[in-house]
Amino acid sequence: MGVDGIGARVPRKEDKRFITGKGRYTDDMTLPRMGFVAFVRSPYAHAKIQNIDASAAMEMPGVDAVLRGDELVADGIGNLICGWMIHSKDGTPMKMGAWSALATDTVRFVGQAVAMVVADTYAQARDAAEAVMVDWEELPAVTTTAEALAPGAPQIHPECAGNLIYDWEIGDQAATDAAIENAAHVTKIDITNNRLVPNPMEPRAAVADYDGAEEHFTLWTTSQNPHTARLVLSAFYNIAPEHKLRVIAPDVGGGFGSKIYVYPEEVACLWAAKKVGRPVKWVSDRTEAFLTDAHGRDHTTTAELAFDADNRITGFRVNTTANLGAYMSLFSSAVPTYLYATLLSGQYAMPAIYANVKTVYTNTTPVDAYRGAGRPEATYVVERIMEVAARELGLDPIELRRKNFVTEFPHQTPVIMCYDAGDYDASVRAAQDAIDYAGFPARKAEAASRGKLRGIGVSCYIEACGIAPSKAVGSLGAGVGLWESAEVRVNPVGTIEVLTGSHSHGQGHETTFAQLVAERLGVGIDTVQIVHGDTDKVQFGMGTYGSRSGAVGMSAISKALDKVEAKAKKIAAHLMEAAETDIVVEGGAFKVAGTDKQLSMTEVALAAYTAHNLPDGMEPGLKEGAFYDPTNFTFPAGCYICEVEIDPDTGKTEVVNFVAADDFGRIINPMIVEGQVHGGLAQGIGQALLEGCVYDADSGQLTTASFQDYCMPRADDLPSFKVMTTETICPGNPLGIKGCGEAGAIGSPPALINALTDALGTEDLSMPATAEKVWRLAQAARAPMAAE
Amino acid sequence: MYATNYHRAGSVDEAAGLLAGNDEAKVLAGGQTLIPTMKQRLAAPTDVVDISRIEALRGIEKSGDAYVIKAGTRHADVAGDAGLKADIPGLAALAGKIGDPHVRHRGTIGGSIANNDPAADYPAGMLALGATIVTNKREIAADEFFAGLFETALEEDEIVTAVRVPVPAKSAYSKFPNPASRYAMAGVFVAKFADGSVRVAATGAGADGVFRIPEMESALASNWSPEAVAGIAVDASGLLGDIHGSAEYRANLVTVMAKRAVAAA
Amino acid sequence: MATVSMTVNGKTVTGEIEGRTLLSHFLREGLGLTGTHIGCDTSQCGACVVHVDGKAVKSCTMLAAQADGCTVTTIEGLARGDQLHPVQAAFREHHGLQCGFCTPGMIMAAVDMIERHGGKLDEATIRHELEGNICRCTGYHNIVKAIKAAADEMSGSVATAAE
Repeated sequence: MGVDGIGARVPRKEDKRFITGKGRYTDDMTLPRMGFVAFVRSPYAHAKIQNIDASAAMEMPGVDAVLRGDELVADGIGNLICGWMIHSKDGTPMKMGAWSALATDTVRFVGQAVAMVVADTYAQARDAAEAVMVDWEELPAVTTTAEALAPGAPQIHPECAGNLIYDWEIGDQAATDAAIENAAHVTKIDITNNRLVPNPMEPRAAVADYDGAEEHFTLWTTSQNPHTARLVLSAFYNIAPEHKLRVIAPDVGGGFGSKIYVYPEEVACLWAAKKVGRPVKWVSDRTEAFLTDAHGRDHTTTAELAFDADNRITGFRVNTTANLGAYMSLFSSAVPTYLYATLLSGQYAMPAIYANVKTVYTNTTPVDAYRGAGRPEATYVVERIMEVAARELGLDPIELRRKNFVTEFPHQTPVIMCYDAGDYDASVRAAQDAIDYAGFPARKAEAASRGKLRGIGVSCYIEACGIAPSKAVGSLGAGVGLWESAEVRVNPVGTIEVLTGSHSHGQGHETTFAQLVAERLGVGIDTVQIVHGDTDKVQFGMGTYGSRSGAVGMSAISKALDKVEAKAKKIAAHLMEAAETDIVVEGGAFKVAGTDKQLSMTEVALAAYTAHNLPDGMEPGLKEGAFYDPTNFTFPAGCYICEVEIDPDTGKTEVVNFVAADDFGRIINPMIVEGQVHGGLAQGIGQALLEGCVYDADSGQLTTASFQDYCMPRADDLPSFKVMTTETICPGNPLGIKGCGEAGAIGSPPALINALTDALGTEDLSMPATAEKVWRLAQAARAPMAAE
Repeated sequence: MYATNYHRAGSVDEAAGLLAGNDEAKVLAGGQTLIPTMKQRLAAPTDVVDISRIEALRGIEKSGDAYVIKAGTRHADVAGDAGLKADIPGLAALAGKIGDPHVRHRGTIGGSIANNDPAADYPAGMLALGATIVTNKREIAADEFFAGLFETALEEDEIVTAVRVPVPAKSAYSKFPNPASRYAMAGVFVAKFADGSVRVAATGAGADGVFRIPEMESALASNWSPEAVAGIAVDASGLLGDIHGSAEYRANLVTVMAKRAVAAA
Repeated sequence: MATVSMTVNGKTVTGEIEGRTLLSHFLREGLGLTGTHIGCDTSQCGACVVHVDGKAVKSCTMLAAQADGCTVTTIEGLARGDQLHPVQAAFREHHGLQCGFCTPGMIMAAVDMIERHGGKLDEATIRHELEGNICRCTGYHNIVKAIKAAADEMSGSVATAAE
């Protein structure tokens, strides 16, 4: 390993601009003559639009235009789509309701945009948006799946009778039913996975510009995948052909999934820029973010796990209902199906699994992938039911898990996935040692002497990253291929630019990707520039989500580096009159093995571009591209153990100890990987203890629509974490990487709830485990003690 | 935020003059509640009268058996005042628990009590300490000043200029914050005076804002110990219940916070 | 419209503002100092923290008119040329940032915190003092570490200077 190469704890190249206030986010863009956009949004969860009167708004200072949905439709702008086709078990396709970027006749959730104002300043736009008079006819609304599926429920989309989008299944129902029928023990749980708001700290934003002479659009936007955005905007929403549309995702302040999708606002801003003949900017405020950013999770599940007399799992039956909100967001259909039910085998050898998943429309904000996307929901089901089963069977929860671990690879599960490599017991041992598992009873007793209830909880998660290969996801309904591309340009002076289709919005690609180049070519990372986030610069790309940038994005770079290295070696061999097979790359130089002859990268690069003396028939230049499509998903896995202390008088929970032992395969920069885990853990602990959407059942209003009511984890809600890694190399990509971006959020919620239920002696606790819920259970736990 | 006219007052009289006859004008002190409310378009004053630069409204002085804290004194200054920390530690501690460091650098004691948010901390301190609210027109006992949710005895052009806080023998404030907003879900201030009398006030929990708890006061007067209040529960029917906590839970918190405040005093 | 004048990062600036113009807006739109960020509209996230007359405040919760005549320091004014402030350097060294959006407010809050507490900052105090700054990326772990390291270093250098 070089000082900057693979495995080095290198401080980030991109940090300087962020710590000095020189980051360039979408809201920092200003264009001449730019107008500001404010949207007119529905105050109702479900209503008919009777009339929109913009006359008063048009008279207000600075107002340029008020634009409506019927105009947008008349201009041929297409409806928003969900790009992953799911078929119900009866073979019928999912029932997708029409979603216009600006509603034309009906609104289906609070905050849905119905019109937009363009004005000279943002304040003027906001003032005028309030003056747009909309006549509403309020309709009955539903916010939960149970209500939406009930007979006589309000119908949300004409395309979807009964509000049931699809009724999907996976696995072997007969075998699973038989296993449960014949089991020595069956553990059954009912479980809710609470609805979350992603809340990246940078709100969404769009700056749209139209060049009438060139008939060319430019969009700066808060996107995790600008090329996909361009593809969708072009192919489905009819903004412009791809060569007439440039999408730039500059510095992006966090995404967590919520910035994968193309939202109505970006579509409307592009359309408006042409319509009003000036660049326009829209920046979401936080309230709009709560109402319109795709939410995450929101499952209700019943699960039954069957064991034989030897406590080995024989079957697992899962019934899940998922709330997709009022419209099908871009990848929403895949989340509760192929990103969820395919992980229900957990780390365990399960001979039979059957899962039935129903997805439902409600009058709530659309739901889509949020950090983990389906895998946190699966892990929560699996790791809660394993814990409950261990308690019911009177076994140590770790021993029950250990007994059922998959130990031989590859391992084909009954639900599509084929686990390629892992050592689950290694993670467990690491976590047990780090937390001093054996010392827990003493710590519990000590806490009791202080009047605190202490509990310990374990979670052994597995997840699937990369979301590839393309052929596989295509067969499962994906509308796109999920490979990645890269281009490596060696400049004539030997500096290197890497163009990648991955997008960094906090993950540190500018450093990690440069470390790969440093490792391969022996150059310093300062001579490497990573270019991303601009469809005019980067050839193509699928973007960053599903913890795929290392495993897929870097593998593409590795492939391109292979080609660069091969050509450079040919040139070096030619120049030094040596055999190509004798050339080795070392410390940024091309050396003839066994001699003192060498040429620097600069000399070889210069030779490639001057082209005065190249091998016969060789093209000049030193620039290579590659597309990389993996052979399988990757399977990060790990063991999390946490300890909590409850103040029984108030119900306040303190996370006093949290250990994470993860297997991410090969790690490029441990410092960055640890940071990814920390952040994921905070979101998972947030889900378990603090965060959750509350909708008013009658009005469909989102009660938790600001940081005043939606509890974001703060520094004093969290402990310092003990994070460590164990390593089995992923055989599915050239770098052996598994991915680390989502694990923390996937593995941690069940560890928390397992610890709390351990402390409280009851399983009846839902997320978020608020102080009041915990207090009530602590009172109940105390009552029998008092009676003794 | 809706459009508004900004005025910087050089004196209390000038501020009162700007407010007089203008129902739609508001006093801007630290602005830590008013500005967020205006940003959310939940308040729309045509005019804001900034009193935060009036030097005469700044400062903390000991005067006999009481402290006079001028209305424009920032929370951070109350929290850090050596005299208050020694003589009325509960009040200094309370100020140190308001909002966050940035809010405490701007927010003022006068602004907080004039706003009388039912989840604000200062009203509990003022009520339990039996403070006197001094305005540009008169002096008002805390018992008369706080008049319900966001309601006070202040008239339209009346401006809080100071509070006069008697020095108690013991004081403490215990707060259970709302995990999201960090306002009080229940905050209880206890004060014991030289004559043996006790006052207890709770914020964050009352459906009508800050309130005193006479049962706790008499129990503590005869037995100043956490145990004395452990069995006293406030009636949940008069408490707030919302998505963060039911009235029953808040009733429990009031008792627990009272116990902890007494223990800390 | 009214005119305000203030000293921002050592330079006297003037600008035309509305009564409702927030300081954050004036800094970003009026002066082009886009390092100050807006992450919420309820004055809670702390992405907009700057120093006004030497104290950390939320620039989204102060009218620009209120800052007339004040001295303001933003994230852009913290480094001395190429010499990073110790807190900036510590955030980089300890990976106290990921997406960078909360970072300017975090750093300005941290500088203020260290100035108020000197070197006597333990983990619990740092976590409590960060109540007004929300980060969604880091889980705060490395932010706390960075602030502790910077506080230790700054108090160490103060001690050395005094010797």
